[in-house]
Amino acid sequence: MSQSQMNILKIENIEKIFEIKVSAFKSKNLYALNKITLEVERGKTISVVGESGCGKTTLGKVVSGLYQAEKGTIKFHGQDIAHKKPLQRGLLQKDIQMIFQDPYSSLNSRKKVKDILEQPLKIHTKLNKADRMQAIEKTCADVGIDLGYLSRYPHQFSGGQRQRIAIARAIILNPELVIADEPISALDVSIQAQVLNLLMDLQEKLNLTYLFITHDISVVKHLSDYVAVMYLGEIVEYGTKEQIFSNPQHPYTKMLFLAVPDIDNPVLSEKVLETGEIPSPIDLPDGCYFAGRCPLADADCEKEHPPLLEKGDQYKVRCIKV
Amino acid sequence: MSEMLRVKNLKTHFDTRKGLVKAVDDISFSINKGEILGIVGESGAGKSITGFSLINLIDSPGEIVDGSILFNDRDLAHLSEDELSRIRGGEISMIFQDPQMSLNPVITIGKQLIETVTYHNPETSKQDAYKKAVEMLELVGMPAPEKRMASYPHQLSGGMKQRVVIAMALINSPKLLIADEPTTALDVTIQAQILFLMKKLTQEFGSSLILITHDIAVVAQMCDKIAVMYAGRIVEYGSNKDVLYNPKHPYTKGLIQCLPRLNEEKARLYQIPGVMPSLLALPVGCYFSDRCPYADEECKVYPETITLEGRLVSCHKVK
Amino acid sequence: MKFFENEIVAEFFEDKLAVAGVFIFIFFTFCALFPSLLSPQNPYDLEQLFLENSFKSPFGEFLLGADEQGRDILSAIMYGLRISLYVGIASTILSVFIGLIAGLVSGYFGGIIDTIIMRIADIQLSFPAILVALIIMALWGQGVTKIVIAITIVNWVYYARTARGVVLSEKEKDYAQSAKALGMNSVSIMVKEILPNIMAPIIVIATVRIANAIILEATLSFLGLGVPITEPSLGSLISNGYQVLFSGYWWGSVFPGVVLMLLVISINLIGDRLRDVMNPRLKR
Repeated sequence: MSQSQMNILKIENIEKIFEIKVSAFKSKNLYALNKITLEVERGKTISVVGESGCGKTTLGKVVSGLYQAEKGTIKFHGQDIAHKKPLQRGLLQKDIQMIFQDPYSSLNSRKKVKDILEQPLKIHTKLNKADRMQAIEKTCADVGIDLGYLSRYPHQFSGGQRQRIAIARAIILNPELVIADEPISALDVSIQAQVLNLLMDLQEKLNLTYLFITHDISVVKHLSDYVAVMYLGEIVEYGTKEQIFSNPQHPYTKMLFLAVPDIDNPVLSEKVLETGEIPSPIDLPDGCYFAGRCPLADADCEKEHPPLLEKGDQYKVRCIKV
Repeated sequence: MSEMLRVKNLKTHFDTRKGLVKAVDDISFSINKGEILGIVGESGAGKSITGFSLINLIDSPGEIVDGSILFNDRDLAHLSEDELSRIRGGEISMIFQDPQMSLNPVITIGKQLIETVTYHNPETSKQDAYKKAVEMLELVGMPAPEKRMASYPHQLSGGMKQRVVIAMALINSPKLLIADEPTTALDVTIQAQILFLMKKLTQEFGSSLILITHDIAVVAQMCDKIAVMYAGRIVEYGSNKDVLYNPKHPYTKGLIQCLPRLNEEKARLYQIPGVMPSLLALPVGCYFSDRCPYADEECKVYPETITLEGRLVSCHKVK
Repeated sequence: MKFFENEIVAEFFEDKLAVAGVFIFIFFTFCALFPSLLSPQNPYDLEQLFLENSFKSPFGEFLLGADEQGRDILSAIMYGLRISLYVGIASTILSVFIGLIAGLVSGYFGGIIDTIIMRIADIQLSFPAILVALIIMALWGQGVTKIVIAITIVNWVYYARTARGVVLSEKEKDYAQSAKALGMNSVSIMVKEILPNIMAPIIVIATVRIANAIILEATLSFLGLGVPITEPSLGSLISNGYQVLFSGYWWGSVFPGVVLMLLVISINLIGDRLRDVMNPRLKR
């Protein structure tokens, strides 16, 4: 099978621009996504990692249709969905589902769990009530939700249980692609492990493809096949999990690894002070966006904006010093 | 090492409509001068309430019902609100996860810093307080500190706001700083900076630090001593090395095992089955028993706290 | 008794004053619904009126006295309650309906629709409620239906604003975004997802504003601009008795006034308690 047949999602040169009012009469453009190109292989997990303002959540929203891109294309099932709202995507939309970060606001507190799980079925299928119930029961079994939950309301459950319900809602239509936007960040550590394992099990069982968005790089290793590191609207490094974890090249990726507290290496080195502040995404420099914080930066870095270069075997990095 | 704070059998209970919630139930720990103690636990474990109890920020229906909090020969649990308000911000400061909780949005940060000084040291002149404030901003790594004195909180980023909060907390050279999840809301590179700063400054000022967090990797980096809390009680308490690298209590072990590691590859993460019991429906006997791989009949009675290899642990199954 | 096992209901009834409010309100509602059962006389049946009973004092044959036509004040109050409650409740239901639609549309779609609706609301709010109602009734004339509509016009604004506020915060929440990502259309999202979340604050406000509507109607009727004489409400009874108040025939004004006051107090007690009880739930 050729590479293009294996890819279910092809994101090309996507730009998402927001207009921000800087004063009463002036607005400036905020490039939340700046020519993002990414391909997602069927059945695999690609993690998008970055800190606030990097655009990872925006990317998830553009793919799911909650935002429309200004420029660029997203090919899914042969169609370009980048500029289409969910309603306009028709049947395609049923194959793209989303899991949100906050288990407390992603479920409508006024609805019973059964109604929450039934909703996608009512919108996208023509199943009758009995068949819908069957689908709900099967999904509950897959996700590990006791059938007794169905008649209760979200507020009666813990964060971890709610996230399970959110996951059930996302897979009940048997989608191809699941966008998970920080699905475990709001959960306790012991529950994070449970939910991560569940996501991995479901991926195997249902041949799901994950676009996993997170700021926590330590979580990424267990779930991902590919990793894309984002900074201020751009991908700065991309590769397989092995490439990124055993030999990160981009100074920002290295900085992330340095800053993450690691129980196996609990040293708090003074080097973290050199990591600087995340600049404002509104007034971006002409050269490399990371130059202001980079230990390797010099005059060349500030002159021209570095391109994302492929350095063999699916690995890409955006840095002239590498 | 001189002991600075000793908490004995502290109990903070909440008498709610749904029942009695024993948020903090008979905990004891101590902290020496210059030491960093980490209180680790998941949500509902009682770690934040412990922090609040130390300076009695507990409101009805909550109350400190038992125990003592000995701070330099005074029992904080039995002081009047008046006496406590003189201690808060002066000898003992607290910082929170959300900088908005400590910063008044309509007053410049300069003014807030100055007020913090003059409230506790009324004899200080405004010029001296101003100088001190600028010094503190510089110490916490604020670029252009003099200019920043005139900024309002909303003009600063999250990391910068937290630096201001730390400056306010340390400006009166407190003996003890209590930090409740101070970096949870910050990006990881900023978190690293803030943690480094807190460690460095508390050492420089000779203050002790109680760091309350759910992040075990953070306590590994920061703390000398660690107390692991579960459902309102401390299940393991000892030095950093003992508790994290030779844990005895099954919960501590489980918690460390389910951490995703940067340099390990596992097909599945270890997971502790079940969830922490609700404080309104605590099981009979050991609170961890229904999730514990080693639990048996013996565990139907709440275990005594024993000393084992240099640390305190509450479990029947460890010897 | 499953109704009383409901969390909210149980908490509600813990407050003695609220319970008192509920009892008083139920009693008045009963009187209003079945006045013929309780009242000694039908005050609108001319055959039952005898001029010789004119201005009889209370605590005698007529428990609360009689007016100038020999009408039993007690009976008149019961029939008057009916009109007062009808106007209060009907206008509130209508204004909630209109206000909800306006607030939902305004908050969800934003833009020019929002601007138009909110500016209309602002303009209306810059006039005192009484003035607006006065003008409408003065131009239109008396009538129960007319006053219901007038009060509805005055009151829809409060519900619209509240609904809009809630919609603005709810529509950005993940559950609403999730519905959008699923491909639900805007109207479905507004009605099925967001509306249930607005109901709690609206119910609380509506309960208290029923009292408001009743007073507004009473005021207008007192001024002669509300309900016609043939269908007197508590307000017009007060007005009627007011003219002879200082001649010493106080019972015609005072008793309806006391009843009106008790009615409003009972509704306010219920509304206050409801708000206290539902408040933490509003945050969910």
